[in-house]
Amino acid sequence: MRIPILKLHNYLLISIQIDLDDQTAIQFQEDLLSKIHENGASGVVIDLTSVDIIDSFIAKVLGDVVTMSDLMGAKVVLTGIQPAVAMTLIDLGIHMQDVPTALDLEQGLIKLRQELEE
Amino acid sequence: MDFQSCVNIKKEWDIVGARQLGRDIARKIGFGTVDQARIATAISELARNIYLYAGTGKVCFEALEEIDHKGIAIVAIDNGPGIQEISQVMEDGFSTSGGLGAGLPGVKRLMDEFNIHSEEGKGTEIRVVKWLR
Repeated sequence: MRIPILKLHNYLLISIQIDLDDQTAIQFQEDLLSKIHENGASGVVIDLTSVDIIDSFIAKVLGDVVTMSDLMGAKVVLTGIQPAVAMTLIDLGIHMQDVPTALDLEQGLIKLRQELEE
Repeated sequence: MDFQSCVNIKKEWDIVGARQLGRDIARKIGFGTVDQARIATAISELARNIYLYAGTGKVCFEALEEIDHKGIAIVAIDNGPGIQEISQVMEDGFSTSGGLGAGLPGVKRLMDEFNIHSEEGKGTEIRVVKWLR
């Protein structure tokens, strides 16, 4: 299964709407980095509104993809993390402190603009 | 105990299968969305441990019904190498697989009861319970 990555001007938008298995998550990591490289994208929003579980592995993949994209010069914002998911992540002991987040897609795009000072 | 079902863990996708079934059972018992997420996440961690460290095993679910409260029990069983130092794997940040190390201590925090039994060379059995509040 592949997660679609949409291009909008110099941003990439992703909405994850499936229950992520490990393989799909790793594939997504690779796909996103290639897309950033191909398109020279400066910002990425990954919307997690429809994701109702993030375990330690998926959290690691998401955290890593933020760091990897950052190394390539693209800023990533995670948006729409559900209340139940946020509570579960803290119980698990995963704080994701260095990961930029926003309430929803709209706020995510505003945050990207601010970070990139456009 | 009035209900029991198991998911065999053989391939990566079974981790998703186990947590989806567990979540369904939790919803039927009457757990809210936050506890459903906690239960599903705990199942995911337990199933992944089986897949990573033992190769194969199973995750079983049991609906618990007592006079004054209801709950769900999840039992993760494998015939893998077992755990040498249980106290070590229960420490936050300890991992032998390069993961986040959130594994077992995280599962313990997500659930109400946590019991682990492991024998070197024989396997591991972890039983966790969440009660409906």
